[in-house]
Formats: sequence, structure tokens, C-alpha cells
Amino acid sequence: METVVSSKPLLATLVSLLVVGPIILSRRRPNLRESWTFLAGFIKLGIVLSMLPIILEGGVIEWTLWEILPGLALAFRVDGLGMLFALVASTLWIVTSLYSIGYMRRMKEHSQTRFFAFFAVALSATLGVAFSANLLTMYLFYEMLSLSTYPLVTHHQDREARAGGRTYLTYLLGTSVAFALPAMIYTYMKSGGSMEFVSGGFLAGSVSGGEATVLLILFVFGFAKAGVMPFHSWLPAAMVAPTPVSALLHAVAVVKVGVFCVLRVITGVFGVDFLASLGAATVIVWLASITVLAASLLALTQDNLKRRLAFSTISQLSYIVLGAAMLSESALTGSIMHIAMHAMGKITLFFCAGAIFVATGKKYVSEMDGIGWRMPFTMFAYLLGALSIIGLPPFGGAWSKWFLFLGSVETHNIYLTLVLAISSLLNIAYLLPVAVRAFYVPPGKGNTKIDLHEAPTACVIPLTLTAFGCLALFLFPEILLSLARLMGEPS
Amino acid sequence: MVDQYPAIVLLAPFFAAIAVSLLGNWKSGFCLPLTVLSLVISLMSSIALLGQVAESGEVVYLLGGWPRPYGIEFRVDPLNGLLLVVICTIALLSSIYSIRAAAVETPDKCPQFYTLYLLLVTGLLGMSMTGDAFNLYVLVEVASLTSYALIAMRSKRAVLASFNYIIMGTIGASFYLLGVGYLYMKTGSLNMVDIREVLLESGLYTSETILVAFMMIMVGVWIKMAFFPLHGWLPNAYSYAPSTASCVLAPLVTKVTVYVMIRMMFTVFGPEYVFVYLGWSDVVVWMAIVAILAGSILALAQTDLKKMLSYLIVAEVGYMVGGVWLANETALVGAIYHVISDAFMTLCLFLAAGAIITKTGKYCIKDMEGLFRKMPWTMVGFVIAALSMIGIPPTCGFFSKWYLINGGIEAGNWGYVAALLISSLINAILFFRVIEVAYFKKESTDSDKEETVSGSSGVGEPPLTMLGPLLVTAVCLLLIGIFNQEIVILIRQAVSSFGPLGFIG
Repeated sequence: METVVSSKPLLATLVSLLVVGPIILSRRRPNLRESWTFLAGFIKLGIVLSMLPIILEGGVIEWTLWEILPGLALAFRVDGLGMLFALVASTLWIVTSLYSIGYMRRMKEHSQTRFFAFFAVALSATLGVAFSANLLTMYLFYEMLSLSTYPLVTHHQDREARAGGRTYLTYLLGTSVAFALPAMIYTYMKSGGSMEFVSGGFLAGSVSGGEATVLLILFVFGFAKAGVMPFHSWLPAAMVAPTPVSALLHAVAVVKVGVFCVLRVITGVFGVDFLASLGAATVIVWLASITVLAASLLALTQDNLKRRLAFSTISQLSYIVLGAAMLSESALTGSIMHIAMHAMGKITLFFCAGAIFVATGKKYVSEMDGIGWRMPFTMFAYLLGALSIIGLPPFGGAWSKWFLFLGSVETHNIYLTLVLAISSLLNIAYLLPVAVRAFYVPPGKGNTKIDLHEAPTACVIPLTLTAFGCLALFLFPEILLSLARLMGEPS
Repeated sequence: MVDQYPAIVLLAPFFAAIAVSLLGNWKSGFCLPLTVLSLVISLMSSIALLGQVAESGEVVYLLGGWPRPYGIEFRVDPLNGLLLVVICTIALLSSIYSIRAAAVETPDKCPQFYTLYLLLVTGLLGMSMTGDAFNLYVLVEVASLTSYALIAMRSKRAVLASFNYIIMGTIGASFYLLGVGYLYMKTGSLNMVDIREVLLESGLYTSETILVAFMMIMVGVWIKMAFFPLHGWLPNAYSYAPSTASCVLAPLVTKVTVYVMIRMMFTVFGPEYVFVYLGWSDVVVWMAIVAILAGSILALAQTDLKKMLSYLIVAEVGYMVGGVWLANETALVGAIYHVISDAFMTLCLFLAAGAIITKTGKYCIKDMEGLFRKMPWTMVGFVIAALSMIGIPPTCGFFSKWYLINGGIEAGNWGYVAALLISSLINAILFFRVIEVAYFKKESTDSDKEETVSGSSGVGEPPLTMLGPLLVTAVCLLLIGIFNQEIVILIRQAVSSFGPLGFIG
């Protein structure tokens, strides 16, 4: 395997941090300010893309900053998993930026400068997690992400935002300090001072079965951004944020950072073979299965569209955790691909929820009768996104579901297959009624005349793009598949 | 010149104190420049001294050329070399900060204030340098007496708090002095290194007098460092003191006393006596656990910002005492590193609190609405210090917790590990409670066009002399964290000189 030393991962991480200054300085000229965001977005994507060929050939890119603790450096390392996540996050940031402009300006939101500045910081943290070479670096960026998203979640600065922000930070900061930090220190001591992610893990042989189980549970709960129950309530609480935040951060960046960390811990710290030999991941399998089903059932009961999507996200995140904890190669491939597939689908749905709110002021599913004829583009995109999440071809979600099912069969565990099947049915039950209402139920009485009333163009374009993105991911999954497969092979 | 550094470090503020008291009464304009100048000289020579120590090991300076055990000697190893730099830096930063604050809070008392301030710094510097147990007592009293006066300078409540402190502080000092007396009776020496040699050579470990001396000295320093439950004097004294005084007292006095405890345990009695022979280190660690939890919980109950910060000091003292008594190298390194990082964290928090109080006149946490809009830079400093207290990388608070928890696991003391984590969580609640109030507006009265109008209600950023030290300290928090390896290497040098004996894993 080829190892390239290059500062590109560092640059890709830093570029959005560097535009925070210009964004703040040009706060009185909104158009200039937003162009900084786009500039950083395209540079970031460009750097990430320029690293893609090396990764696809099976190489890794490394860059070490300096040693911060004995034997432990702040270091970046790009491999298949990190590449895939970075690709998803940096692509969708550009799309979301366009959407944010449409949304924030139409809603006449206050403090837009602060909004765009912290958004940029959050993206830096996300890429930092994606490219981290060891646990400490990952933890650093993980915390940076929790803190930089707090002002975004509480953007409205009202009573509701205060309560939501409090729950958000309590869960994310609390679990990371209480569970992830001691687990990390214990790992550091047991492994003799090394925390570098290596495929096959570095803990094999240095901890007993009991210790491994406890550590794994501490890590999974410690990275509460993954939303495994019972540490999931921060996500519905975070729905007080403006919709662009919910869309990018709570469907893509923040939550995926959570599952990404869990994936890293399972593959890079413990190693799949080691966990399989101990049977330590069984607890996680069941925790994740329960979360998948319980969150789907809870989603059914939500009338607020954004909250419904939030519970759906919790359930979908646990697919990824489940896929990793099954410890089979197909399931791992499926779970890594699901990072991208779910991101594309869920961001579309959130964009639609926001567009409906911008255009009509409606938040609740029960109010959305007949809305499809007023907002045909939005609701059509919603339909495509929903179908992708459900996992029907010809949409991207079909691939990840396929591999997850395959994995559950490989593990010879009929219950897991059943869990996946039931939850897919539940997905249909909570996602499709919105579209059905929008197109088939006539709008309320007395309101017979239907006129076209779409959201701002800057909102409609991004959601159309991501909806077709779901389709494209079904047709051209090769890159994602080969990136995901890189993690399965022993190196 | 080069070998006179220890004397210069100490004498610069001392002579400046005399000069300020003479010239200041004639023209009060002299006070500040003299103070700052002397502290700059002190800082420069302490840095030079640290460089010298790091390169060629311990520096021994005989006062007046009298040899051990007759004269007083100053001993500087990497441990107190670091501490000297910390003391000088903090004293310098708070003196710059005092330009405005002192004029507001203690008008017409300029010369007195700066004289006391410089004497306090002299006392603290002396405490960390001296190699003589009785001389240490004298310097402890120099530092204590000046702090009583400094605290009492403000208001009526401060006078009462200061009186409380005088009583407690005097009891503590008496305990210490008695302990030193017993030691002198048995060993016939007051020199720290000498005492240890005599203890070893004449097999005095079994002597009950020595045991009593050790316990007296420990109780004495515990009172002085506000180790729970001997902390009663601290919260009121530090929260009612003038903000400049509390900016230098809060970060330094307790930390320097922790250093005195470490010096007594490792240089005078020796780890083999404290840990191997006595063997009750577990009891002290459990006391420290109680201190950590009690300090944090009491802080949670406060509505006054400075009082909350004062109770946090009590918790942090628990961190350090626990780390020292865990009796392994990692924890000891962590405790010493925490002495340094906590000094800067406390400074940063008190500077921010002082700036907020001077500008808004509000003491209560709930009155701090909208501060992010009115004083954004002050709040940036506050947030960095808060993150450090919680233990978020890459601030120094994270790394001190890292070493301490590491040491706790090594010693197998899970209670201590749990206490550290719980206190981090409580810190998170404490600070985000403040940050939340400051970030959110009151009930939206003028919500729409506040974006461009900052400081519309007359409250804006504090002057640069207050903001500058605050931001410098905040940057220091990050630097101490990022370059923790360099500091830890120095600390390890000092720790290894305590002797390999007595570290029971």
C-alpha cells in the first residue's frame, strides 16, 4: 500500500476555518460574504477530489503536525472511509450554502454573519474528524464540532432555542467527557501509548473480553452524535435550529461524525476480527436494533415534519452502527455506503421541509393537505428522497440496504434480517403519507383555487439537485463502492 | 550577573515596593510604572533562570554567602523555576489590568495598593525559591499579611471576609510553625535538604515527634490552600476582594501553597517516608475526592459569578492534592502541570469576571444577558477559560485532566477518576449556565436591529489595558496546552530528582 505524505488533508480541513475572518469582515456586504463561503466550498471540494485518485488506487495520504502527548501526534490520515465521508460533506456543503442563502434571506433571519461563520467552522471540524489519524485528533475535532454548532442550533435565541440548545450540549458534551474521554485514556494506557487507527485495530491482545465490551459500549455512548438510544434525545431537540442547519448538520455532518467515530473505533481501534473473536459487539448489535425499531415507531407518532425526520435519522444512523457491529464484510460495506446514501436522501427531505416552511409557514404534517399542487418541484423531490431512504431502486438507498441485508444473511442471524425488513416497512409508513397527503388529499374546504406557490429559487435548485443525486447514486455507485470496499479488505 | 538571577527575581519587586511606598505618596503617578518595570525585570530574570536550570540542573544560591546549614539558601530546580515564571507572568498581567480597575475600586489608595501588591509577589516568589523551612514560614506570612490587607481594601463586607481569613490563616501558619519547631528539635536543622539527610541518617522515621511535625505541617498548608473542609475563608475573601487583588490572589496563593506541600512531602520528608513508611496516602486521596465533589457542588449553588469561581478553586485544589497523594509519577506530573494550567485558567476567569463587573456593575450570573453582543472579546476569553475548565482539547485543562486521570487509573483509584469526570461535567453545567445567559437576550424587547448596534445601552468592551491581559491569558491557555510536552519534560526532570524511592505503583 502506497503512503503519500502531503499537507492536503490539513489544507482541506483548514480552508473553511480561514474564511471565517473574511466572512466577519464583510458582514455589511451580504453578497461578498456569501461568495467567501462558496469560494471555500469549491476549494475544499477541489482539494478533496484531488486526493481521490490516490485513495482509489489503495494508497493513503498522511500528514503529521506535531507530537502533543508522548507517542501521540496531531495527525491526519486519509483512507477510503475518511475520503467517502469528506466527499459527501464537502459536496453537500456547497449545495446547502445555496439553500441557506435562499432560506435565510427569505426568512429575514438575524445575525446571518454569525450563522455563516459558525457553519464554516463546523465544516472544518467535520473534515477534521474525517481525516483524523488517531483517537486524540478525532476527539479534538469532535468536541470542536459540538461547540461550533451550538450557536447554530440556538440561532433563534428564544426560549425554545435555549431549551433545545441546553439538551443538545448536555448530551453531546456530557457523554463525550463522561464516556469517551475515560475510554480513550484507558485505551491509551492499555495499548502502550499508541492510538493510531490501523486496519485490524491496535487493541487486539492487550485487553480482555470484558474490558473490550465495556470500552466499546463507552465509545458508542460517548460518541452520542451517533444517536444510539438512550442517548438520542439531543437530535429532536436540535430541530429548533433553522432548517439549513438541520439539513446539513443533523442529516449529514454532525450525526455522520457520530457514526463515523463508531466505525473508526470498531475497524481501527478494536479491529473487526478481534471483536468477532470476543463476541463483544453483540451488545451493540442489539442496542442498535432496538434503536432502529423504536425510533421508527416514534417517528410515526410525530406530526411536526422536522421532528419526524429527526427520529427517522436516529433510526437510519443505527443502521450504520448495526452494519458495523455485525462484523461481516458486506454489512460493513453497506454501512459505509449508507453514510453517503442516507446523507443524500435525508438532506433532500430536510430541504423540502424547510422549503414548505418558507413558502407556506407550515410545520405540521396534518396541515400539508394538497400542498403538492402548489409546490410540485419540492414535493416531487420529497418523494424521490423518501423512496431513496426507504431503499427502493432506482435510488441510492437501495444499494446500502442491499449490502446490509446481505450482511445480515452472512451472519446467519434471522432476527437481524427481520429487524431490517420491519424497519423498511416502517420507513414507508412514516415517510410516504406526507407525499400522499400532498398529492392526493384535496386542500381544506373553501380553498378550491390552487396556484403555484414555490419556495425561493435558491431553495428549489438545491433540493432538486440532491433529489437527482439520489438517482445518480443508484446509477453510478462505483466510486462509493470501491471506497467502502477499501475498508473491508485487510491491508 | 548570571549567578545573581535568584536574587534579582526576588529583590526587584521588593525594592520596587519600598520605592512605591516612598515615591507614591509624593506623586501617585510613579506607582504603576515602577510596579510594571520591576515585574518585567523579575519576569526576564526568572525566564533566564529557568533556562539555566533546564540546561545545567539545580541552581543553589547562598544568601550572603553563608554555607548550609547556617545560612539561608535559595534552591531553584525545574519545578520552582517554572513556578517563578508563572508567578511573574501572572503578576505582570494583573498589574497591567489594574491600571483601570484599581483606580475605580480603590481610589486614593494607589501607593498602598501597589506596595502591598509588590510585597505579596515578593512573598510568593520567596516561598517558591527558599530552601529553608523557617524562612518559608516568614515568607508565607509576608504573603498572607499582604493579602489580608489587599482583600480588606474594598468594602465593609471585604473587611469581614478578610478578618475571617486572618483568623484561619493565622491558625494555619501557627500549625506550620509548630511543625517546623518539632522538626528543628529533632534534627537540629532548618535547611530542607539537611533535614532530609538527618531524618534518613539517624533513622528518625519511627519518631513520633516527626510524625506530629509532619501532620502539623500538612494541616497548616491545607488551611492555607483551602483544602476542603478547611476552605471556609476562601470564597468570601476572594469574591469581596478588589478585582485586581483577586486576580493575583486567586490564581497564585493556593497554587504556591500546593507547591509548598509538594516541597515538604518530597524534599523535606521524602517520598519514602510519606508514602512507604506512613502509608496513609489513600485516606488523603479520598479527602481530595470529597473536596473535588464538594467544591463543584457548592459552586453549583452560587448565584454570584465570583463566588462560583471561588468555590471552583476549592475543587481544583482537590485535583492537585489528590494527584500528589496518588503516589505515582504520572499523577504527580499531572498535579504539577495542573498547578501551572490552573493558575492561568483561574487568572483568565477572574480577569474576565473583573472586566464584566467593572463594565456592567453586575455580580449576579442572571444579570449578564446579552454580554456576547456587548463585550464579544471579553466573552471569547471567558469561553476559552471555561472550555479549559471543562477539559476540551487543545486547552491546557484537557491535558492536566489527561495526566491526572491517567495517574488515577495507574494507581487503580477509580473514585478519583470518577470525581474528576463528575467535576468536569459539573463545570460544563456551571459555565454553560453563564454562557447561556450571556448569549441569549432577555425577553426580546428590541430583537430586530441589534445586529449592527453593539453596545447601544452604554456597555461596551473594557479598555485595552483590561482586554489585553485577558486575551494574552486566553492565548496562554492554548499555548500551555499545545506545548504541554515541553513543560512536562521539565516537570519530569524535577520529579526524577525527588528520588526513585517511594513510588509505589
